[in-house]
Amino acid sequence: MTPIAELSNLTHRFGSKTVLENATLQIQEGEILALLGPNGSGKTTLLKVLAFLLRPSSGEIKFQGQMVTDKNSEAMRSHSTMVFQETLLFNTSVFNNVAYGLKMRKIGREALDEEVTGALKMVRLEGFEKRSAKKLSGGEQQRVALARALVLKTKLLLLDEPTANLDPKNASIIEDIILAANKEQKTTIVMATHNMFQARAIPHRIALINQGKISEVGTAAEIFGRLSRNLASFAVVDNTFTGTAKITDAGTSIVDIGNGVRINSILETQGKVTVFINPQDIIVSKRQVESSARNVFKGRITQVSDSGASVRLTIDVGKPFSVQITKAAYREMGLSFGAEVFIVFKASSIQAI
Amino acid sequence: MNEILDGIAKAFQLIISGDPTVYGIVFRSLFFSGVAAILAVLWATPIAMLLGLKDFRGKSIVKGLFTTLIGLPTVALGLLLWLILSKAGPLGFLGLLYTPGAIILGEALLVTPLMVSIATNAIEAVDPEVMNLAKTLGASESQASVTVLKEALSGIIFSDVAGFNRAISELGVALMVGGNLAGFTDVLTTATSSYTARGDFSTAVALSIILLVIVFGINSIIIIARNPRMLFTLSRMPQ
Repeated sequence: MTPIAELSNLTHRFGSKTVLENATLQIQEGEILALLGPNGSGKTTLLKVLAFLLRPSSGEIKFQGQMVTDKNSEAMRSHSTMVFQETLLFNTSVFNNVAYGLKMRKIGREALDEEVTGALKMVRLEGFEKRSAKKLSGGEQQRVALARALVLKTKLLLLDEPTANLDPKNASIIEDIILAANKEQKTTIVMATHNMFQARAIPHRIALINQGKISEVGTAAEIFGRLSRNLASFAVVDNTFTGTAKITDAGTSIVDIGNGVRINSILETQGKVTVFINPQDIIVSKRQVESSARNVFKGRITQVSDSGASVRLTIDVGKPFSVQITKAAYREMGLSFGAEVFIVFKASSIQAI
Repeated sequence: MNEILDGIAKAFQLIISGDPTVYGIVFRSLFFSGVAAILAVLWATPIAMLLGLKDFRGKSIVKGLFTTLIGLPTVALGLLLWLILSKAGPLGFLGLLYTPGAIILGEALLVTPLMVSIATNAIEAVDPEVMNLAKTLGASESQASVTVLKEALSGIIFSDVAGFNRAISELGVALMVGGNLAGFTDVLTTATSSYTARGDFSTAVALSIILLVIVFGINSIIIIARNPRMLFTLSRMPQ
C-alpha cells in the first residue's frame, strides 16, 4: 500500500502548551484510519495539520510523496477536506452549503447540480436542497456537512468525531456513509474518535493518541489485543475500567473495579480484566426503578458538557461513568451539576477488551 | 401642544402638497446622509474585517478607540472639520466648506466609529472556525474572509442602517461645515433648528415628524426584512 500522507516528528505548540509531540504516522492510500484517544489528546490538531489548516511548529509532512511547505500548503488543501466536530453550516440552503466547495472550484452549473444531488442521495437527504440548513435536526445537519465534504471527492477526508453529538440512529447512518465513501469513492479517511466501539468496527487501522503522542498504530485486533496487556493505555478513555472478575455460580461474572463498585456482567471471565460500557447504553434516573438491568448505582453528577443535540454527563458512583442523554431528557428531568441520580445498565452491555 | 398639533397638520399639508422647499430639504438629507453612509461603509468594512478576523498587537486599544469615538459630540467634530476646511486650514484649498461635500465627508467620519464597532462585533460573533471551514472546502484566504462577511451580513446591514440613522439625525456637523444655506446645504436637522430659532414652530415640528418617519420607516423595513415572519404574525394577531 502506498502512503498518501506521511507525518515525521510533528510537534505543535499553542503558546507554551505542547499539543502534538513528535508525532510520526503514515496514512495508507484507500484506508480508514482511526485516531483513538480521549478529549484533549491532540486528535483535532493532528487532523488540522493533515488538512493543511495548521502549520506545525516543527516536523515534516509529505503528501503523495511531495513535501508540504508554506508555499504549496494552500494548493495542497484542494486534496483534502475536513468535517469539524461541531457541525458548522453556512446560513443558507442545504444546496448552497453542499455546493460551496464546488463553486470555489468553479464547477459549471449543470455539473454542480448533478454532483450536489448525488451527494445528498449518498447521505440520504434527497429532496432537502431548498431547506434552510440551520433549521435541520442535529443528525441531518451532520449529514449535510458530510455531503459537503464528500461532493468534493478529495483524496483525503478528515472527520473529527463524526458521530460524537448524534443519537445512535443517526450515528449508524453516518457510519454507513463513511464505509460507503471509502468503498465506492476509494477515499482515504482519517477519523478522530474516542468511541472504542466505533474504533473497533470501522477502520482498517487505529492510531492511539494521548497527550499529543501517538503511542501505537495497528489493526483493531493488534491494538486491542496489545492493549489488554497494557491496561493503563485505556485508563483515559471514557467508561473503561480495569478490575478483577470473579465467576459466579450462574457462569457470569462480577467485576470489582474499585471504590466499592462491582459490576454484573455476562462475561465468562476470571481474574484481571479491562471492561468498557458504551455511554449510550447507560440510563440515568432520578429514582431507583425496578428493572431487569443488573447494574444500578447511585451517584452524583460531577460534570456536564454540551455535545450538540445531546448532553454528556459524568456521574461519580465511586468511579466516574460517562453517560450521554438528549438535551430534552436533561431538561425534563431537571438535572444539574451536583444532582443525585441513579445509573442503570444491563449486564450484557459490558464488553471486555 | 397647539404647535405640535399645528405641526402635524402642517406636515401632512406640506407632504401632500409636494412643497418644493420641504421636498428639497428631505431629498438633500437623504442624499447627503446616504452618500455619507456608503462612503463610511467603504472604509469601515475593511477595518471591521481586520479587527474581527485578525489578531495583532494593540488590537484592543484600537477597538476601544472606535468604541469611545461613537460618543464624539457632533459639534466638536464639526468644529474640527471647520478649522481644517476653512480657508486658513490645511485643506482650505479644496473649497469644501459650506458645500454638500463637507457635510458628506463630516457625516461619513462621524458614523465610522459606530459602523466599525457594530460590524466588528458582528464578524466576531461568527464562529471562528468558519474561516477554517471555508479554507478546507477550497476557499483562499480572501474568499474565506468574504464567506465570514456573508455569515455576518445581518449584523453588517444593521451597522450600515445605524450609521445612516446617525448621519441623518445629526445636527452639529451639518450646521458647522454646511452652514444651512437655503436650497443648498440645508437638511432636516439644520432646517428644523433654524425654523425654531425663527419662531416658525409649526414648520419645525413638520420637519421633525418627517425626520422621525424616515428613521422609523427605514428601521422598520430593515427589521421586517431580517424577519419576514413578523409580518405574518402581526397580521394574525387577534383583532
